[in-house]
Amino acid sequence: MQLDWPILSVLVWLPIAAGVLLLLVGDRNAAFGRWLALGASLLTLVVSVVLWREFDPTTATMQFVEQQPWIGAFNAWYTLGVDGISMPLIVLTAFITPLVVIAGWTVIEKRPAQYMAAFLILEGLMIGVFAALDAMLFYVLWEAMLIPMFVIIGVWGGPRRVYATVKFFLYTFLGSVLMLVALVYMYLQGGSYAIADLQALPLTLREQVLIFTAFLLAFAVKVPMWPVHTWLPDAHVEAPTGGSVILAAIMLKMGGYGFLRFSLPITPDAARELDWLVITLSLIAVVYIGFVALVQQDMKKLIAYSSIAHMGFVTLGSFIAFDIVRNTGSLQGATMGLDGAMVQMISHGLVSGALFLCIGVLYDRMHSRQIADYGGVINTMPKFGAFMVLFAMANAGLPGTSGFVGEFLVILASFHANFWYAFLAAVTLVLGAAYTLWLVKRVVFGPVGNEHVAQLQDLNGREFLVLGVLAIAVLALGLWPAPLLDVMRPTLEQLVQQMMVTKL
Amino acid sequence: MNPASITRLDLVLAAPEMFLLAATCVVLLGDLFLRDKDRWITFLLSLLTLAGVAWITAATGFDERTVGWHGTYVADPLSTLLKIVACSAVAVAFLYGHHYLQVRKILKGEYYVLGLFALLGIMVLVSANSLVTLYLGVELLALSLYAMVAFDRDNGIAAEAAIKYFVLGSIASGALLYGMSIIYGVTGSLELGVVSNAALQMEAGHIGLLFGLAFIVVGVAFKFGAVPFHTWVPDVYHGAPTPVTLFLSAAPKLGSFALAFRLLAEGLGPVHATGWQDMITMVAVASIVVGNVVAIAQTNIKRMLAYSTISHVGFILLGILAGTSAGYEAALYYTITYVIMSLGGFGMVILLSRQGFEADSLEDFKGLNARSPWFAAVMLMLMFSMAGVPPFVGFWAKLAVIQAVLDIGSLWLAIVAVALSVVGAYYYLRVVKLMYFDEPTDHAALQGGGGAMRIVLSLNGLAVLALGLFPGLLLALCARVIP
Repeated sequence: MQLDWPILSVLVWLPIAAGVLLLLVGDRNAAFGRWLALGASLLTLVVSVVLWREFDPTTATMQFVEQQPWIGAFNAWYTLGVDGISMPLIVLTAFITPLVVIAGWTVIEKRPAQYMAAFLILEGLMIGVFAALDAMLFYVLWEAMLIPMFVIIGVWGGPRRVYATVKFFLYTFLGSVLMLVALVYMYLQGGSYAIADLQALPLTLREQVLIFTAFLLAFAVKVPMWPVHTWLPDAHVEAPTGGSVILAAIMLKMGGYGFLRFSLPITPDAARELDWLVITLSLIAVVYIGFVALVQQDMKKLIAYSSIAHMGFVTLGSFIAFDIVRNTGSLQGATMGLDGAMVQMISHGLVSGALFLCIGVLYDRMHSRQIADYGGVINTMPKFGAFMVLFAMANAGLPGTSGFVGEFLVILASFHANFWYAFLAAVTLVLGAAYTLWLVKRVVFGPVGNEHVAQLQDLNGREFLVLGVLAIAVLALGLWPAPLLDVMRPTLEQLVQQMMVTKL
Repeated sequence: MNPASITRLDLVLAAPEMFLLAATCVVLLGDLFLRDKDRWITFLLSLLTLAGVAWITAATGFDERTVGWHGTYVADPLSTLLKIVACSAVAVAFLYGHHYLQVRKILKGEYYVLGLFALLGIMVLVSANSLVTLYLGVELLALSLYAMVAFDRDNGIAAEAAIKYFVLGSIASGALLYGMSIIYGVTGSLELGVVSNAALQMEAGHIGLLFGLAFIVVGVAFKFGAVPFHTWVPDVYHGAPTPVTLFLSAAPKLGSFALAFRLLAEGLGPVHATGWQDMITMVAVASIVVGNVVAIAQTNIKRMLAYSTISHVGFILLGILAGTSAGYEAALYYTITYVIMSLGGFGMVILLSRQGFEADSLEDFKGLNARSPWFAAVMLMLMFSMAGVPPFVGFWAKLAVIQAVLDIGSLWLAIVAVALSVVGAYYYLRVVKLMYFDEPTDHAALQGGGGAMRIVLSLNGLAVLALGLFPGLLLALCARVIP
């Protein structure tokens, strides 16, 4: 599919340009800044909807490809394009950002222009990461993304924000630099940074294992997988609501996207050799982190740990493909696991974003994230209570919500791989239900906990709008996931075939 | 040498240097007749001189490697590029320093004259084709710098720094000269091309050659400020008046690169694999480790930037030790980008200072975002660039170097380099943290520079971004000038 205008470049550069404009205007006119941010993010959303409408779901080839020479000396190109994996993630990014802008509308009093600008620039960079077809362009955007996030957590975050943001930056930076070495190594072998060329590059098993390890480190930190997850709870707890939403909804997805775009197709043999490692780590994340979530006292931390557990499904769904093919020879079963991983990513983007927004709503009123400070919120905030319960159910994977589809597909696919994988993964459904419902019970239900809760105001129109839109998306995806699955199907089928072809 | 044997070509070859020397003498003499309040004339004349030198260099630039002055002097595309960049760096340093010196009443003609002589030293070094010319350039540069560090004569710390620099620098120069004399002894020539040919004929591990080489590496490492010959760097950077630190950290690094390239690559290239590669490897790795780790402990930004310089030097040396064209290109590219970043970094220190307040403590950057969002953004770009985070130019410099070392199969060097740049990121992030996350304790307006400096400093910051978004041009230029 091709349009006569560079839609992907618009998606990348429109928010960045608006962000830079916003920085130049500064805080002199706060109202103008907010409307500019909202206008730019909504316009980006409209463009992303055009992208979705024009996308041709019958093919696995890259669409809307744009290519310009960039750096002759490194043979790096400015190449953008989307397929069934990246298109939904781009739409998700464009969908979440306006919600974050609206959520921060009046809440952010300190330097609102810089706040909005940071999110707009971040949006452009994240869309760029998903759209980049040149590994060097991908890497540049991937790292550049850290800068606005570093500032967002550090400037508008909680009391321990400096510790959290430095930890976030250094952790992810350390993870990524080895990926850079791997990319340069492959460039020296093949003379190209184009991702398609890297996927076609013949590599020995030893090379693949080293490259796979470098990628694993980069993506595992981002996902994050146990045991390199420790930056996430800190970053989430300290980040402002908008920062937590973007972090959980989109930035974590970059890790999952990286596995699908780089690790699996570029180093298929190493991935096959080492799939047990990723599966083990995923299952640990799913089970152990589920238990950790159970004992959290801080709502944001609880959701952060639940994110890690849910992202475990993504990595599990991506890497069981080899076992499925080994056991059953069925490529369709393998595709089902990847389907589940992708749906889980989109669904988790919506659900975790919504939950962080819910906590933000409470935090704005009470300035506390401690579960113990709440109780019986539903008595004073019935509308809020309804939304919170819905999103909690989605988080627990209740059928009819988006959370169910992804987890169900992954568990179903796991049965083809190994009974125990499926068993352990299914255990977390119970665990997930336990910690989320217990959270809801303690915060939302019961008698009014204290006089602060008694004075709470229910959602205002702005908050209702944001949560309402997310609720519709969660239900729509849960009840009718077919459009999303159809869009991804040809790309994922091609990916599975690529994974099964040895490079040796 | 018989004067009659000087040809027209010789004169054209050295035209920029001869013009610079003449113009510097004019500045030196003219300045004697100026009162303090007319000192801007000296400043203006110096800038005109630099413009003239850059123009002559560009106009007489040689596309082919051309040797003159009986084999002692060379002009090639590399020398043209380095000379023009050096002129620009000196001009920017003069511009940044002017206001600072003026308000502290130490705006003397000496600053400009010594700066111009230092530039002459750099240019001679850049064009040197014999051991003697090289040494001449090194010494002219070094003597000017010693004097510049001490030039605020009532400042005790500066005087101490100058003495330290002078004593250590003299020992290093001695080592360099000793090494050169031994190389001359075993190869029988001072001319770099002949040295190279002679070295090619000798068996690997020729003891005399290696003996001389060791001393030469010591000299080169000292001039770069690489570990373990780095001890002067933090003290001199800290002790010298900030405009001198600024000067010292920028253009002379181009001279150090030229010294390393002419001496090690062009002269002693044949003993790369069997001789200096391992020595430079040790020096480079030690520099990256020590520079990045020790910088974390600094509370003074000039000292912090000094240690950061040491780590950057380590990266430049990584490029050189590769010994391939790609390696020299990467080192050259790194040097030029480092010069741009360093000018910006010390320029920011100058901008924040005012009379009686040096702004050289890290704490002085607290809350800069609230005081001046624009210059906080400039510093943010500089810091992320130095840390090697894309999309800023520092990232491409590191990438080019890493590519060069991977190309010669040194995976471990690449991994050490990237791992320590993560360590390094920590202290650059700390500056960003101070500027953005903390509230200011000092609400005074920035007054460390005039309008011209602010414009150039802003452009300096934007250059870091622009060269990062479009690195192709400068990379291609570097690739073209390295044979």
